[in-house]
Amino acid sequence: MAHFEKANSLNEWFDQRLGVNTLQRVLAKEYWIPKDINFLWAMGMVLAITFGILLISGIFLLMYYQPNVDLAFDSVNYTIMQEVGFGWLWRHVHAVAASVVFLIIYIHMFTGIYYGSYKKGRELIWISGMLLFVAFSAEAFSGYMLPWGQMSYWAGMVITNLFSAGSLELNGVVEWIRGDYVPAQAFLTRFFMLHVLLIPVAIMALIGFHFGALRLPHVNNQNGTDIDFEEEAAKYKSGNKAASKVIAFANDFMSKDMFVVAVYLVFFFYLVFWNYAFAMDPVNFDPADGLVTPAHIYPEWYFLWSYEILRPFSKDIGLIAFAFAQVIFVMLPFLDRSPNTVPANRRGLFKFWFWAMLVDMIVLTAMGKLPPAGIFSTIGLVAALVFIGLWLVLPIITKLEKKL
Amino acid sequence: MNQTRRGFMGKAFGAVAGVGAVGALYAMKRSWDPLPSVKAAGFTTIDVSSCAENKLVVEKWRGKPIFVLRKTAEMVAAQDEAQNARDIIVEGAHFMIAIGLCTHLGCIPAYREDKTDFKCACHGGEFDSSGINTVLPPEKPLLIPPFKVTGSTVVLGEEGEVYKKMKESGLIA
Repeated sequence: MAHFEKANSLNEWFDQRLGVNTLQRVLAKEYWIPKDINFLWAMGMVLAITFGILLISGIFLLMYYQPNVDLAFDSVNYTIMQEVGFGWLWRHVHAVAASVVFLIIYIHMFTGIYYGSYKKGRELIWISGMLLFVAFSAEAFSGYMLPWGQMSYWAGMVITNLFSAGSLELNGVVEWIRGDYVPAQAFLTRFFMLHVLLIPVAIMALIGFHFGALRLPHVNNQNGTDIDFEEEAAKYKSGNKAASKVIAFANDFMSKDMFVVAVYLVFFFYLVFWNYAFAMDPVNFDPADGLVTPAHIYPEWYFLWSYEILRPFSKDIGLIAFAFAQVIFVMLPFLDRSPNTVPANRRGLFKFWFWAMLVDMIVLTAMGKLPPAGIFSTIGLVAALVFIGLWLVLPIITKLEKKL
Repeated sequence: MNQTRRGFMGKAFGAVAGVGAVGALYAMKRSWDPLPSVKAAGFTTIDVSSCAENKLVVEKWRGKPIFVLRKTAEMVAAQDEAQNARDIIVEGAHFMIAIGLCTHLGCIPAYREDKTDFKCACHGGEFDSSGINTVLPPEKPLLIPPFKVTGSTVVLGEEGEVYKKMKESGLIA
Protein backbone atom coordinates (compact mmCIF):
# COMPACT_ATOMS: atom_id res chain seq x y z
CA MET A 1 0.00 0.00 0.00
CA ALA A 2 1.15 3.50 -0.81
CA HIS A 3 2.43 5.69 1.98
CA PHE A 4 -0.08 8.24 3.30
CA GLU A 5 0.76 11.30 5.43
CA LYS A 6 -1.76 12.71 7.88
CA ALA A 7 -3.93 15.16 5.91
CA ASN A 8 -4.13 18.75 7.13
CA SER A 9 -7.40 19.60 5.37
CA LEU A 10 -10.41 17.93 3.83
CA ASN A 11 -9.15 18.90 0.36
CA GLU A 12 -5.77 17.30 1.08
CA TRP A 13 -7.50 14.15 2.40
CA PHE A 14 -9.44 13.78 -0.86
CA ASP A 15 -6.42 14.73 -2.95
CA GLN A 16 -4.32 11.94 -1.39
CA ARG A 17 -7.02 9.39 -2.18
CA LEU A 18 -8.55 10.64 -5.46
CA GLY A 19 -6.05 13.11 -6.90
CA VAL A 20 -8.76 15.78 -7.01
CA ASN A 21 -6.24 18.59 -7.49
CA THR A 22 -4.73 16.86 -10.52
CA LEU A 23 -8.19 16.30 -11.94
CA GLN A 24 -9.13 19.91 -11.38
CA ARG A 25 -5.92 21.07 -13.05
CA VAL A 26 -6.31 18.84 -16.10
CA LEU A 27 -10.04 19.35 -16.59
CA ALA A 28 -10.47 22.99 -15.58
CA LYS A 29 -7.69 25.24 -14.35
CA GLU A 30 -5.20 24.28 -17.05
CA TYR A 31 -7.61 23.33 -19.81
CA TRP A 32 -6.96 26.18 -22.21
CA ILE A 33 -9.65 27.89 -24.29
CA PRO A 34 -8.79 30.48 -26.97
CA LYS A 35 -9.91 34.06 -26.27
CA ASP A 36 -10.92 34.61 -29.89
CA ILE A 37 -14.36 32.97 -29.74
CA ASN A 38 -17.96 34.18 -29.54
CA PHE A 39 -21.24 33.14 -27.91
CA LEU A 40 -21.67 30.26 -30.40
CA TRP A 41 -18.89 28.46 -28.52
CA ALA A 42 -21.22 28.19 -25.51
CA MET A 43 -23.65 25.85 -27.29
CA GLY A 44 -21.89 22.76 -25.92
CA MET A 45 -22.57 23.90 -22.37
CA VAL A 46 -26.14 24.84 -23.32
CA LEU A 47 -26.59 21.28 -24.64
CA ALA A 48 -25.06 19.71 -21.52
CA ILE A 49 -27.42 21.75 -19.32
CA THR A 50 -30.41 20.85 -21.50
CA PHE A 51 -29.51 17.17 -21.27
CA GLY A 52 -29.38 17.57 -17.48
CA ILE A 53 -32.85 19.17 -17.54
CA LEU A 54 -34.18 16.27 -19.65
CA LEU A 55 -32.68 13.76 -17.22
CA ILE A 56 -34.15 15.39 -14.10
CA SER A 57 -37.63 16.01 -15.57
CA GLY A 58 -37.53 12.46 -16.99
CA ILE A 59 -36.87 10.97 -13.55
CA PHE A 60 -40.03 12.58 -12.18
CA LEU A 61 -42.13 11.49 -15.18
CA LEU A 62 -40.80 7.95 -14.75
CA MET A 63 -42.32 7.72 -11.26
CA TYR A 64 -45.89 7.83 -12.58
CA TYR A 65 -45.65 6.72 -16.21
CA GLN A 66 -47.09 3.24 -16.94
CA PRO A 67 -45.61 1.42 -19.95
CA ASN A 68 -48.80 -0.49 -20.74
CA VAL A 69 -50.93 -0.01 -23.86
CA ASP A 70 -54.11 0.28 -21.75
CA LEU A 71 -52.66 2.61 -19.11
CA ALA A 72 -49.95 4.68 -20.81
CA PHE A 73 -52.17 7.36 -22.31
CA ASP A 74 -54.05 8.05 -19.07
CA SER A 75 -50.93 7.85 -16.93
CA VAL A 76 -49.55 10.77 -18.94
CA ASN A 77 -52.65 12.78 -19.73
CA TYR A 78 -54.54 12.19 -16.52
CA THR A 79 -52.22 11.06 -13.71
CA ILE A 80 -49.18 13.19 -14.51
CA MET A 81 -51.07 16.17 -15.91
CA GLN A 82 -53.97 16.32 -13.43
CA GLU A 83 -53.08 14.46 -10.25
CA VAL A 84 -49.35 14.64 -9.62
CA GLY A 85 -48.34 17.90 -7.93
CA PHE A 86 -46.39 19.88 -10.55
CA GLY A 87 -46.57 16.85 -12.87
CA TRP A 88 -47.50 19.24 -15.69
CA LEU A 89 -44.24 21.11 -15.06
CA TRP A 90 -42.08 18.02 -15.60
CA ARG A 91 -44.02 17.08 -18.70
CA HIS A 92 -43.84 20.53 -20.27
CA VAL A 93 -40.17 20.91 -19.34
CA HIS A 94 -39.42 17.48 -20.84
CA ALA A 95 -41.36 18.14 -24.05
CA VAL A 96 -39.97 21.64 -24.60
CA ALA A 97 -36.40 20.54 -23.80
CA ALA A 98 -36.72 17.57 -26.20
CA SER A 99 -37.66 19.98 -28.98
CA VAL A 100 -35.28 22.84 -28.15
CA VAL A 101 -32.32 20.49 -27.72
CA PHE A 102 -32.50 19.85 -31.48
CA LEU A 103 -32.52 23.57 -32.25
CA ILE A 104 -29.31 23.93 -30.23
CA ILE A 105 -27.81 20.80 -31.81
CA TYR A 106 -28.42 22.27 -35.27
CA ILE A 107 -26.86 25.62 -34.23
CA HIS A 108 -23.90 23.74 -32.71
CA MET A 109 -23.50 21.69 -35.93
CA PHE A 110 -23.69 24.61 -38.31
CA THR A 111 -21.28 26.60 -36.13
CA GLY A 112 -18.83 23.72 -36.53
CA ILE A 113 -19.38 23.64 -40.29
CA TYR A 114 -18.99 27.40 -40.66
CA TYR A 115 -15.72 27.64 -38.74
CA GLY A 116 -14.27 24.38 -40.10
CA SER A 117 -14.10 22.87 -36.61
CA TYR A 118 -14.13 19.31 -38.01
CA LYS A 119 -10.76 19.55 -39.75
CA LYS A 120 -7.12 18.68 -39.13
CA GLY A 121 -7.17 16.68 -35.90
CA ARG A 122 -10.76 17.51 -34.99
CA GLU A 123 -12.37 14.75 -37.08
CA LEU A 124 -13.28 12.64 -34.06
CA ILE A 125 -15.01 15.59 -32.40
CA TRP A 126 -17.25 15.86 -35.46
CA ILE A 127 -17.85 12.10 -35.74
CA SER A 128 -18.65 11.68 -32.03
CA GLY A 129 -20.95 14.70 -32.34
CA MET A 130 -22.82 13.12 -35.24
CA LEU A 131 -23.12 9.86 -33.26
CA LEU A 132 -24.66 11.96 -30.49
CA PHE A 133 -27.09 13.40 -33.03
CA VAL A 134 -28.12 9.86 -34.02
CA ALA A 135 -28.47 8.84 -30.36
CA PHE A 136 -30.55 11.95 -29.57
CA SER A 137 -32.75 11.22 -32.61
CA ALA A 138 -33.36 7.66 -31.38
CA GLU A 139 -34.02 9.01 -27.88
CA ALA A 140 -36.53 11.55 -29.21
CA PHE A 141 -38.31 8.95 -31.34
CA SER A 142 -38.54 6.34 -28.56
CA GLY A 143 -39.79 8.99 -26.13
CA TYR A 144 -42.43 10.06 -28.64
CA MET A 145 -43.90 6.53 -28.50
CA LEU A 146 -44.52 6.60 -24.76
CA PRO A 147 -47.73 8.70 -24.40
CA TRP A 148 -49.32 6.13 -26.79
CA GLY A 149 -51.42 8.67 -28.65
CA GLN A 150 -52.33 8.57 -32.33
CA MET A 151 -49.08 10.20 -33.48
CA SER A 152 -47.05 7.90 -31.22
CA TYR A 153 -48.69 4.85 -32.73
CA TRP A 154 -48.58 5.91 -36.37
CA ALA A 155 -45.09 7.36 -36.24
CA GLY A 156 -44.07 4.03 -34.68
CA MET A 157 -45.81 2.16 -37.51
CA VAL A 158 -44.27 4.25 -40.30
CA ILE A 159 -40.73 4.42 -38.90
CA THR A 160 -40.50 0.69 -38.09
CA ASN A 161 -41.83 -0.05 -41.59
CA LEU A 162 -38.72 1.67 -42.98
CA PHE A 163 -36.75 -1.36 -41.78
CA SER A 164 -38.50 -3.57 -44.34
CA ALA A 165 -36.04 -1.84 -46.73
CA GLY A 166 -38.58 -1.14 -49.49
CA SER A 167 -38.83 -3.81 -52.16
CA LEU A 168 -36.69 -6.19 -50.14
CA GLU A 169 -39.88 -6.78 -48.10
CA LEU A 170 -38.05 -7.70 -44.90
CA ASN A 171 -41.31 -7.94 -42.95
CA GLY A 172 -39.72 -10.43 -40.56
CA VAL A 173 -37.24 -7.73 -39.48
CA VAL A 174 -40.06 -5.26 -38.88
CA GLU A 175 -42.03 -7.81 -36.83
CA TRP A 176 -38.86 -8.64 -34.90
CA ILE A 177 -38.27 -4.99 -34.03
CA ARG A 178 -41.89 -4.58 -32.94
CA GLY A 179 -42.27 -7.96 -31.27
CA ASP A 180 -45.68 -8.13 -32.92
CA TYR A 181 -47.36 -7.69 -36.30
CA VAL A 182 -48.23 -4.12 -35.36
CA PRO A 183 -47.00 -1.76 -32.62
CA ALA A 184 -48.51 -3.24 -29.44
CA GLN A 185 -47.52 -4.11 -25.87
CA ALA A 186 -44.14 -5.67 -26.72
CA PHE A 187 -43.31 -2.62 -28.84
CA LEU A 188 -44.25 -0.11 -26.15
CA THR A 189 -42.30 -1.88 -23.40
CA ARG A 190 -39.12 -2.27 -25.44
CA PHE A 191 -39.17 1.34 -26.59
CA PHE A 192 -39.76 2.35 -22.97
CA MET A 193 -36.61 0.39 -22.03
CA LEU A 194 -34.64 2.03 -24.85
CA HIS A 195 -35.84 5.49 -23.85
CA VAL A 196 -35.14 5.31 -20.13
CA LEU A 197 -32.07 3.09 -20.03
CA LEU A 198 -30.13 1.93 -23.06
CA ILE A 199 -30.09 5.11 -25.16
CA PRO A 200 -29.47 7.51 -22.22
CA VAL A 201 -26.52 5.33 -21.15
CA ALA A 202 -25.22 5.42 -24.74
CA ILE A 203 -25.66 9.21 -24.82
CA MET A 204 -23.70 9.66 -21.60
CA ALA A 205 -20.89 7.46 -22.93
CA LEU A 206 -20.86 9.42 -26.20
CA ILE A 207 -20.73 12.74 -24.33
CA GLY A 208 -17.61 11.41 -22.58
CA PHE A 209 -16.17 10.45 -25.98
CA HIS A 210 -17.08 13.87 -27.43
CA PHE A 211 -15.33 15.74 -24.59
CA GLY A 212 -12.34 13.38 -24.75
CA ALA A 213 -11.96 13.96 -28.51
CA LEU A 214 -11.80 17.70 -27.82
CA ARG A 215 -9.03 17.60 -25.21
CA LEU A 216 -5.95 17.17 -27.43
CA PRO A 217 -6.86 19.19 -30.57
CA HIS A 218 -8.42 21.90 -28.36
CA VAL A 219 -11.34 24.18 -29.18
CA ASN A 220 -11.20 25.94 -32.57
CA ASN A 221 -11.37 29.76 -32.71
CA GLN A 222 -13.08 32.43 -34.79
CA ASN A 223 -10.20 32.83 -37.23
CA GLY A 224 -8.94 29.26 -37.34
CA THR A 225 -5.61 30.51 -35.92
CA ASP A 226 -3.13 27.74 -35.19
CA ILE A 227 -2.42 28.45 -31.51
CA ASP A 228 0.65 27.08 -29.69
CA PHE A 229 -1.25 26.19 -26.55
CA GLU A 230 1.84 25.44 -24.44
CA GLU A 231 3.45 28.79 -25.22
CA GLU A 232 0.24 30.74 -24.64
CA ALA A 233 -0.48 28.79 -21.44
CA ALA A 234 3.01 29.68 -20.16
CA LYS A 235 2.27 33.38 -20.73
CA TYR A 236 -1.01 33.03 -18.87
CA LYS A 237 0.56 31.19 -15.94
CA SER A 238 3.40 33.72 -15.67
CA GLY A 239 0.75 36.38 -15.04
CA ASN A 240 0.82 37.94 -18.50
CA LYS A 241 -2.87 37.19 -19.07
CA ALA A 242 -3.41 40.17 -21.38
CA ALA A 243 -0.85 38.99 -23.93
CA SER A 244 -1.87 35.34 -23.79
CA LYS A 245 -4.23 34.11 -26.51
CA VAL A 246 -5.84 31.64 -24.10
CA ILE A 247 -7.80 31.59 -20.87
CA ALA A 248 -8.52 28.76 -18.43
CA PHE A 249 -11.71 26.75 -18.91
CA ALA A 250 -12.66 27.36 -15.28
CA ASN A 251 -13.42 29.80 -13.94
CA ASP A 252 -12.58 32.21 -16.82
CA PHE A 253 -14.41 30.65 -19.74
CA MET A 254 -17.09 28.98 -17.59
CA SER A 255 -18.28 32.38 -16.38
CA LYS A 256 -18.94 33.45 -19.99
CA ASP A 257 -20.43 30.06 -20.79
CA MET A 258 -22.83 30.30 -17.89
CA PHE A 259 -23.85 33.80 -18.94
CA VAL A 260 -24.99 32.42 -22.31
CA VAL A 261 -26.66 29.51 -20.49
CA ALA A 262 -28.53 32.01 -18.30
CA VAL A 263 -29.84 33.91 -21.34
CA TYR A 264 -30.83 30.60 -22.92
CA LEU A 265 -32.66 29.47 -19.77
CA VAL A 266 -34.74 32.66 -19.75
CA PHE A 267 -35.84 31.79 -23.30
CA PHE A 268 -36.31 28.13 -22.33
CA PHE A 269 -38.53 28.79 -19.32
CA TYR A 270 -40.47 31.39 -21.28
CA LEU A 271 -41.36 28.55 -23.66
CA VAL A 272 -42.11 26.13 -20.83
CA PHE A 273 -44.52 28.44 -19.05
CA TRP A 274 -46.11 30.43 -21.86
CA ASN A 275 -45.52 28.71 -25.17
CA TYR A 276 -45.19 24.96 -24.62
CA ALA A 277 -47.91 24.01 -27.15
CA PHE A 278 -45.49 23.82 -30.09
CA ALA A 279 -43.90 20.78 -28.45
CA MET A 280 -47.23 18.96 -27.94
CA ASP A 281 -48.89 17.73 -31.12
CA PRO A 282 -52.70 18.02 -30.82
CA VAL A 283 -53.20 14.73 -32.70
CA ASN A 284 -51.29 12.94 -29.94
CA PHE A 285 -54.04 13.86 -27.47
CA ASP A 286 -56.18 11.15 -29.13
CA PRO A 287 -55.42 7.66 -27.76
CA ALA A 288 -53.66 5.25 -30.15
CA ASP A 289 -56.05 3.51 -32.54
CA GLY A 290 -54.69 0.92 -34.96
CA LEU A 291 -57.72 1.22 -37.23
CA VAL A 292 -57.72 4.99 -37.83
CA THR A 293 -54.81 6.76 -39.53
CA PRO A 294 -54.58 10.50 -38.77
CA ALA A 295 -55.19 12.68 -41.84
CA HIS A 296 -51.57 13.83 -41.96
CA ILE A 297 -48.66 11.99 -40.42
CA TYR A 298 -45.65 14.24 -40.01
CA PRO A 299 -42.71 14.04 -37.66
CA GLU A 300 -41.64 16.67 -35.14
CA TRP A 301 -40.04 19.74 -36.75
CA TYR A 302 -36.46 18.53 -36.24
CA PHE A 303 -36.97 15.46 -38.44
CA LEU A 304 -38.86 17.27 -41.21
CA TRP A 305 -35.85 17.92 -43.45
CA SER A 306 -34.93 14.24 -43.70
CA TYR A 307 -38.62 13.25 -43.99
CA GLU A 308 -38.91 15.61 -46.97
CA ILE A 309 -35.95 13.89 -48.62
CA LEU A 310 -37.80 10.57 -48.28
CA ARG A 311 -41.16 11.80 -49.49
CA PRO A 312 -40.98 13.05 -53.09
CA PHE A 313 -39.43 9.90 -54.56
CA SER A 314 -40.77 6.41 -55.27
CA LYS A 315 -40.41 3.98 -52.36
CA ASP A 316 -36.95 2.51 -53.00
CA ILE A 317 -35.28 5.67 -54.28
CA GLY A 318 -36.85 7.60 -51.40
CA LEU A 319 -35.37 5.15 -48.90
CA ILE A 320 -31.93 5.37 -50.50
CA ALA A 321 -32.07 9.19 -50.49
CA PHE A 322 -33.21 9.10 -46.85
CA ALA A 323 -30.38 6.74 -45.85
CA PHE A 324 -27.93 9.01 -47.70
CA ALA A 325 -29.21 12.06 -45.79
CA GLN A 326 -28.85 10.23 -42.45
CA VAL A 327 -25.20 9.27 -42.85
CA ILE A 328 -23.68 11.89 -45.12
CA PHE A 329 -23.02 14.52 -42.44
CA VAL A 330 -20.74 12.04 -40.63
CA MET A 331 -18.50 12.02 -43.71
CA LEU A 332 -18.03 15.81 -43.77
CA PRO A 333 -14.37 15.83 -42.52
CA PHE A 334 -13.43 13.53 -45.42
CA LEU A 335 -15.59 15.09 -48.13
CA ASP A 336 -14.16 18.56 -47.47
CA ARG A 337 -10.85 18.32 -49.35
CA SER A 338 -9.61 21.82 -48.55
CA PRO A 339 -6.66 22.21 -46.12
CA ASN A 340 -7.97 25.58 -44.85
CA THR A 341 -9.37 25.78 -41.32
CA VAL A 342 -10.93 29.22 -41.56
CA PRO A 343 -14.47 30.62 -41.42
CA ALA A 344 -16.58 29.83 -44.50
CA ASN A 345 -16.68 33.48 -45.64
CA ARG A 346 -12.94 33.28 -46.46
CA ARG A 347 -13.17 30.00 -48.32
CA GLY A 348 -14.08 30.62 -51.98
CA LEU A 349 -17.01 28.52 -53.21
CA PHE A 350 -17.47 26.88 -49.82
CA LYS A 351 -18.93 30.19 -48.62
CA PHE A 352 -21.84 29.70 -51.02
CA TRP A 353 -22.02 25.99 -50.24
CA PHE A 354 -22.51 26.70 -46.54
CA TRP A 355 -25.36 29.16 -47.03
CA ALA A 356 -26.96 27.04 -49.77
CA MET A 357 -26.95 24.02 -47.42
CA LEU A 358 -28.41 26.03 -44.54
CA VAL A 359 -31.18 27.56 -46.68
CA ASP A 360 -31.90 24.22 -48.38
CA MET A 361 -32.40 22.51 -45.03
CA ILE A 362 -34.77 25.26 -43.92
CA VAL A 363 -36.75 24.89 -47.18
CA LEU A 364 -36.87 21.09 -46.73
CA THR A 365 -38.11 21.59 -43.16
CA ALA A 366 -40.87 23.96 -44.30
CA MET A 367 -41.98 21.70 -47.18
CA GLY A 368 -41.95 18.62 -44.92
CA LYS A 369 -44.67 20.23 -42.80
CA LEU A 370 -46.94 21.07 -45.76
CA PRO A 371 -49.25 18.53 -47.44
CA PRO A 372 -47.52 16.80 -50.38
CA ALA A 373 -49.44 18.49 -53.18
CA GLY A 374 -49.02 20.93 -56.07
CA ILE A 375 -46.23 23.49 -55.94
CA PHE A 376 -45.04 22.34 -52.48
CA SER A 377 -44.34 18.85 -53.88
CA THR A 378 -42.23 20.39 -56.63
CA ILE A 379 -40.31 22.70 -54.28
CA GLY A 380 -39.73 19.72 -51.96
CA LEU A 381 -38.40 17.59 -54.81
CA VAL A 382 -36.07 20.35 -56.00
CA ALA A 383 -34.81 20.99 -52.46
CA ALA A 384 -34.17 17.25 -51.98
CA LEU A 385 -32.22 17.10 -55.24
CA VAL A 386 -30.27 20.23 -54.26
CA PHE A 387 -29.37 18.58 -50.92
CA ILE A 388 -27.95 15.52 -52.67
CA GLY A 389 -26.27 17.66 -55.34
CA LEU A 390 -24.55 19.88 -52.75
CA TRP A 391 -22.94 16.85 -51.12
CA LEU A 392 -21.82 15.50 -54.49
CA VAL A 393 -20.08 18.76 -55.46
CA LEU A 394 -18.51 19.35 -52.03
CA PRO A 395 -15.31 17.33 -52.67
CA ILE A 396 -14.86 19.07 -56.04
CA ILE A 397 -15.32 22.68 -54.92
CA THR A 398 -13.16 22.17 -51.81
CA LYS A 399 -10.44 20.52 -53.89
CA LEU A 400 -10.38 23.61 -56.14
CA GLU A 401 -10.08 25.93 -53.15
CA LYS A 402 -6.78 27.86 -52.95
CA LYS A 403 -4.59 27.12 -49.96
CA LEU A 404 -4.51 30.18 -47.70
CA MET B 1 6.07 -19.77 -18.49
CA ASN B 2 6.78 -20.41 -22.15
CA GLN B 3 5.17 -18.53 -24.99
CA THR B 4 3.24 -21.39 -26.59
CA ARG B 5 1.59 -22.19 -23.29
CA ARG B 6 0.64 -18.54 -22.76
CA GLY B 7 -0.59 -18.34 -26.34
CA PHE B 8 -2.71 -21.43 -25.83
CA MET B 9 -4.23 -19.95 -22.67
CA GLY B 10 -5.08 -16.79 -24.57
CA LYS B 11 -6.70 -18.68 -27.44
CA ALA B 12 -8.64 -20.95 -25.07
CA PHE B 13 -9.90 -17.94 -23.15
CA GLY B 14 -10.83 -16.19 -26.39
CA ALA B 15 -12.65 -19.26 -27.73
CA VAL B 16 -14.71 -19.75 -24.56
CA ALA B 17 -15.53 -16.04 -24.39
CA GLY B 18 -16.43 -16.07 -28.10
CA VAL B 19 -18.82 -18.99 -27.71
CA GLY B 20 -20.37 -17.23 -24.72
CA ALA B 21 -20.76 -13.99 -26.68
CA VAL B 22 -22.44 -15.76 -29.62
CA GLY B 23 -24.77 -17.58 -27.20
CA ALA B 24 -25.64 -14.34 -25.43
CA LEU B 25 -26.35 -12.59 -28.75
CA TYR B 26 -28.63 -15.44 -29.81
CA ALA B 27 -30.50 -15.25 -26.49
CA MET B 28 -30.87 -11.47 -26.93
CA LYS B 29 -32.18 -11.91 -30.48
CA ARG B 30 -34.70 -14.52 -29.30
CA SER B 31 -35.86 -12.26 -26.47
CA TRP B 32 -36.84 -9.63 -29.05
CA ASP B 33 -38.85 -12.17 -31.11
CA PRO B 34 -42.64 -11.93 -31.07
CA LEU B 35 -44.04 -14.12 -28.25
CA PRO B 36 -45.71 -17.45 -29.06
CA SER B 37 -48.99 -16.05 -27.76
CA VAL B 38 -48.66 -13.18 -30.25
CA LYS B 39 -47.68 -15.45 -33.11
CA ALA B 40 -50.34 -18.09 -32.45
CA ALA B 41 -52.45 -17.65 -35.52
CA GLY B 42 -55.29 -15.27 -34.89
CA PHE B 43 -58.32 -16.40 -36.91
CA THR B 44 -60.99 -13.88 -37.74
CA THR B 45 -64.32 -15.04 -39.15
CA ILE B 46 -66.35 -12.53 -41.12
CA ASP B 47 -69.94 -13.05 -42.20
CA VAL B 48 -70.03 -11.12 -45.47
CA SER B 49 -73.72 -11.73 -46.29
CA SER B 50 -74.71 -8.61 -44.35
CA CYS B 51 -72.30 -6.29 -46.23
CA ALA B 52 -73.97 -3.51 -48.23
CA GLU B 53 -72.82 -2.76 -51.79
CA ASN B 54 -70.09 -0.12 -52.21
CA LYS B 55 -69.84 0.36 -48.43
CA LEU B 56 -66.42 -0.37 -46.99
CA VAL B 57 -66.40 -2.63 -43.93
CA VAL B 58 -63.22 -2.64 -41.84
CA GLU B 59 -62.49 -5.75 -39.79
CA LYS B 60 -59.43 -6.53 -37.66
CA TRP B 61 -57.07 -9.46 -38.11
CA ARG B 62 -53.79 -9.83 -36.21
CA GLY B 63 -53.96 -6.18 -35.25
CA LYS B 64 -54.27 -5.09 -38.87
CA PRO B 65 -57.31 -3.52 -40.51
CA ILE B 66 -58.98 -5.69 -43.17
CA PHE B 67 -60.97 -4.04 -45.94
CA VAL B 68 -64.12 -5.86 -47.07
CA LEU B 69 -65.91 -4.27 -50.02
CA ARG B 70 -68.97 -5.74 -51.73
CA LYS B 71 -68.93 -4.52 -55.33
CA THR B 72 -71.95 -3.36 -57.30
CA ALA B 73 -72.87 -5.02 -60.59
CA GLU B 74 -71.71 -1.91 -62.48
CA MET B 75 -68.32 -2.00 -60.79
CA VAL B 76 -67.87 -5.67 -61.69
CA ALA B 77 -68.98 -5.07 -65.29
CA ALA B 78 -66.38 -2.30 -65.71
CA GLN B 79 -63.47 -4.43 -64.44
CA ASP B 80 -60.54 -5.71 -66.48
CA GLU B 81 -58.80 -9.09 -66.18
CA ALA B 82 -56.34 -8.05 -63.48
CA GLN B 83 -59.14 -6.64 -61.35
CA ASN B 84 -61.37 -9.70 -61.81
CA ALA B 85 -58.54 -12.00 -60.76
CA ARG B 86 -58.42 -10.37 -57.31
CA ASP B 87 -62.17 -10.68 -56.64
CA ILE B 88 -63.26 -13.12 -53.96
CA ILE B 89 -66.66 -14.59 -54.81
CA VAL B 90 -68.92 -15.50 -51.93
CA GLU B 91 -72.36 -16.86 -52.82
CA GLY B 92 -72.24 -15.19 -56.24
CA ALA B 93 -71.28 -11.69 -54.96
CA HIS B 94 -67.92 -10.11 -55.81
CA PHE B 95 -65.81 -8.93 -52.87
CA MET B 96 -62.52 -7.17 -52.45
CA ILE B 97 -60.84 -8.39 -49.28
CA ALA B 98 -57.39 -6.98 -48.51
CA ILE B 99 -55.16 -5.79 -45.69
CA GLY B 100 -56.02 -2.10 -45.34
CA LEU B 101 -52.48 -0.83 -45.06
CA CYS B 102 -50.88 1.24 -47.79
CA THR B 103 -48.04 -0.77 -49.32
CA HIS B 104 -45.86 2.33 -49.17
CA LEU B 105 -45.43 2.92 -45.44
CA GLY B 106 -48.43 1.32 -43.78
CA CYS B 107 -51.01 4.08 -43.37
CA ILE B 108 -54.71 3.22 -43.77
CA PRO B 109 -56.12 4.54 -47.06
CA ALA B 110 -59.65 5.96 -47.01
CA TYR B 111 -62.40 4.65 -49.32
CA ARG B 112 -64.10 7.21 -51.57
CA GLU B 113 -67.55 5.87 -52.48
CA ASP B 114 -68.14 8.41 -55.27
CA LYS B 115 -64.89 7.51 -57.05
CA THR B 116 -64.90 3.86 -55.91
CA ASP B 117 -61.22 4.04 -55.02
CA PHE B 118 -58.87 4.37 -52.05
CA LYS B 119 -56.75 7.41 -51.24
CA CYS B 120 -53.89 7.36 -48.73
CA ALA B 121 -53.60 10.69 -46.89
CA CYS B 122 -50.01 10.17 -45.78
CA HIS B 123 -48.15 10.38 -49.06
CA GLY B 124 -50.93 10.64 -51.63
CA GLY B 125 -51.02 7.05 -52.96
CA GLU B 126 -54.21 5.70 -54.59
CA PHE B 127 -55.70 2.22 -55.18
CA ASP B 128 -58.70 1.16 -57.27
CA SER B 129 -61.68 -0.79 -55.88
CA SER B 130 -59.75 -4.05 -56.38
CA GLY B 131 -56.88 -2.74 -54.27
CA ILE B 132 -54.56 -2.26 -57.26
CA ASN B 133 -52.19 0.70 -56.92
CA THR B 134 -52.89 3.50 -59.41
CA VAL B 135 -50.95 6.52 -58.08
CA LEU B 136 -47.41 6.54 -56.63
CA PRO B 137 -45.70 6.19 -54.16
CA PRO B 138 -47.12 2.66 -53.46
CA GLU B 139 -45.68 0.25 -56.01
CA LYS B 140 -47.75 -2.79 -55.13
CA PRO B 141 -51.45 -3.63 -54.73
CA LEU B 142 -52.95 -4.03 -51.25
CA LEU B 143 -52.02 -7.42 -49.80
CA ILE B 144 -54.64 -10.17 -49.70
CA PRO B 145 -54.58 -12.01 -46.35
CA PRO B 146 -54.82 -15.83 -46.19
CA PHE B 147 -58.54 -16.66 -46.38
CA LYS B 148 -60.97 -19.55 -46.71
CA VAL B 149 -64.54 -19.19 -47.95
CA THR B 150 -67.10 -21.33 -46.14
CA GLY B 151 -70.73 -20.68 -47.06
CA SER B 152 -71.37 -16.98 -46.43
CA THR B 153 -68.40 -16.57 -44.14
CA VAL B 154 -64.73 -15.88 -44.79
CA VAL B 155 -62.13 -17.13 -42.31
CA LEU B 156 -58.93 -15.05 -42.25
CA GLY B 157 -55.66 -16.73 -41.28
CA GLU B 158 -56.50 -20.03 -42.99
CA GLU B 159 -55.36 -20.84 -46.52
CA GLY B 160 -58.35 -22.06 -48.56
CA GLU B 161 -58.42 -23.43 -52.12
CA VAL B 162 -59.10 -20.07 -53.80
CA TYR B 163 -56.33 -18.40 -51.80
CA LYS B 164 -53.82 -21.08 -52.81
CA LYS B 165 -54.72 -20.61 -56.48
CA MET B 166 -54.30 -16.84 -56.16
CA LYS B 167 -50.94 -17.38 -54.47
CA GLU B 168 -49.76 -19.71 -57.26
CA SER B 169 -50.64 -17.12 -59.89
CA GLY B 170 -48.69 -14.49 -57.94
CA LEU B 171 -51.65 -12.29 -57.02
CA ILE B 172 -51.16 -12.18 -53.30
CA ALA B 173 -48.25 -9.85 -52.87
